[in-house]
Amino acid sequence: MTTTFLVVSSLVKVLAILLITVGGFAPVLIWAERRQSAMIQDRLGPSRAAITLPASAVTFIDRARLPMWRLAALTGIVAIVALVTLTFIAVKGSNPLPISTSSLTASLVAFGGASVVLRAGYGVHGMIVRNGGKIMLIGLLHPVADALKFIFKEDFVPPKADKLLFSAGPIIALIPAIAAFAVIPFASSLHWDYLNQVLPRTGEIAGPVVPLQVASINVGILFIFAIASTGIIGAAISGYASDNKYSLLGGIRAASQMVSYEVVLGLTLVPAFMIYASLRLEDMTMWQHDHMWGIFVPPLTLAAVNFFVAAVAETKRVPFDLPEGESELVGGYLTEYSGMKFGMFFMGEFVEVVSLAAIASVIFLGGWDVPFLYRDGFEFSLPFVAASYSVPLVHWLVVAIQFVVFLFKIIALIWFQLMIRWSLPRFRYDQLMSLCWKGLLPISLLNILVVGAFILSGWLDGWVAFFEKLF
Amino acid sequence: MAVEVKVIKKPGRTIAEQIYIPEIAKGLGFAMGRFFQNTFGPQAKKEIDTVKYPEEKVEYPERFRGVHRLTHRVDGSPRCVACLCCSTACPAQCIHIEPAEYEPDDPRHGYERYPSVFVIDELRCIFCGYCVEACPCDAIRMDTGIHMPPSTNRDHFLFDKETLLSIPGRDGSYLTANPRHEPGDATHPGIDRERGH
Repeated sequence: MTTTFLVVSSLVKVLAILLITVGGFAPVLIWAERRQSAMIQDRLGPSRAAITLPASAVTFIDRARLPMWRLAALTGIVAIVALVTLTFIAVKGSNPLPISTSSLTASLVAFGGASVVLRAGYGVHGMIVRNGGKIMLIGLLHPVADALKFIFKEDFVPPKADKLLFSAGPIIALIPAIAAFAVIPFASSLHWDYLNQVLPRTGEIAGPVVPLQVASINVGILFIFAIASTGIIGAAISGYASDNKYSLLGGIRAASQMVSYEVVLGLTLVPAFMIYASLRLEDMTMWQHDHMWGIFVPPLTLAAVNFFVAAVAETKRVPFDLPEGESELVGGYLTEYSGMKFGMFFMGEFVEVVSLAAIASVIFLGGWDVPFLYRDGFEFSLPFVAASYSVPLVHWLVVAIQFVVFLFKIIALIWFQLMIRWSLPRFRYDQLMSLCWKGLLPISLLNILVVGAFILSGWLDGWVAFFEKLF
Repeated sequence: MAVEVKVIKKPGRTIAEQIYIPEIAKGLGFAMGRFFQNTFGPQAKKEIDTVKYPEEKVEYPERFRGVHRLTHRVDGSPRCVACLCCSTACPAQCIHIEPAEYEPDDPRHGYERYPSVFVIDELRCIFCGYCVEACPCDAIRMDTGIHMPPSTNRDHFLFDKETLLSIPGRDGSYLTANPRHEPGDATHPGIDRERGH
């Protein structure tokens, strides 16, 4: 592999991660948090931001609807005919028709896809017309409006604030949250020369390999902890630099809370290192790919719950959002911030949510691992029966499925975090601290002991063997 | 005398509630149920109370005091006789009326007047409804059911006679339910200034 290839592929990966986190997840989360809370509370939430089309365009769209629907129906019928013919051929075992099977498959995909797209277009056009030419996208334009507002708002700095630290605070809070993604594997390695081939399930493969992860470093998860603890500095110095007692108190609260939960966060993951026998996140995922998801190993289930609680506390979000605690501290360390600086804190918080969901899914939910999906495609096998059904897939498709499933796992965990955020009331500060030092910390220490016994007694191997026999 | 003491158990202190985790699960379950019902549930089961305002509107209550209107006579002229009761009663002093006499050959001449100018400043109006109460002729009403449409121009809020006459009531009628008895009608009580009682 040449240096140029390495540099270019790394740059592409970094850009992709920035696009996914800062460009994708963070703005959508701003919307999702409000929208989800609204749905829980029987409201509609943000849905008013709109791009208004001129009346002539609306008339045109309205006129285009009927032909669209007709075309969708027509292509749909063709696709159904192709599907029926294909089923007929598959049942009969041979193709007596003058059309080849591959062209039938191609027409099924093409016409079916066209039908779905046209039908969706019919629906979307109808929605635009019903809204009087307003494109609202179920409120997804609100983050855009928010970003515009943040950018054009006055960037206020308190007169006696420490200007350098005040400006550095949001940057120090945002950058580590993004940097944590450097070691997260988004899918299994990409074998560049064999994109369009079905790879063998096991064995080494020659040729250039692109790991879908920015940096494959041997300290892996420790890097994440090191980077995440830098985030504490961002909150602490922004609280200090604001020249505001509320901010200072918020910064102190943030620092002590994050330092405390950092300990728990690290200790809950020690059992995971012990079982996976590696600090590299890609090795952890590989172990889970080969055996089972971490959450199904009994002691790790407890570790997963502990980790999740500590992770929510680490992000300083409800029910652990005491550093902001608006009823006592106005806005905590965010009090003096406005405009894009506040936006950066906001974004940093959401990126942190995403990164913790990603870490949790890599360590406990198998990362990019999809059940029954191997390097050569799907193979469904039933427990205790020799029967199996396999679908071979080309390499790029396998990697794409892994990537999409990984994103879905992240989204599911984020959804759960938001659910917690809107269901639970805020802790009191002493409760927060005693939960950490008297609750989670002893439990995670004990869990390490349990996992050691689990491994030494050979129960782990037994459990893994039992699980593999099951599936 | 012995005081009777009834010991009431402190609420919310069972073991299940003290452990906290079952309660968290219960709360999360409720919130998730709500979320799924309102997001992915069938349309009939959604319980969203939000009204998408400009597209959907909630009907105002029947006695809502909306923008004023001047009621019509059967011939389309205003019922108003320019008695100035409403402008006198108005605490915000937002009604300006200039009364005028009918032409000498008009049957109403000498019997009543009409407003040549009738202007209501809807920005100044406090929508108290005193003008409606004060009107002896049922000529001014606030039963239009609409609120003042927003505008960036103050002049748009000065409603003149023609504008006020052009707004129908909520039932779509320009008249009122109270019939008017014009001089010469059989139902007219025959009381006027010239002929005396």
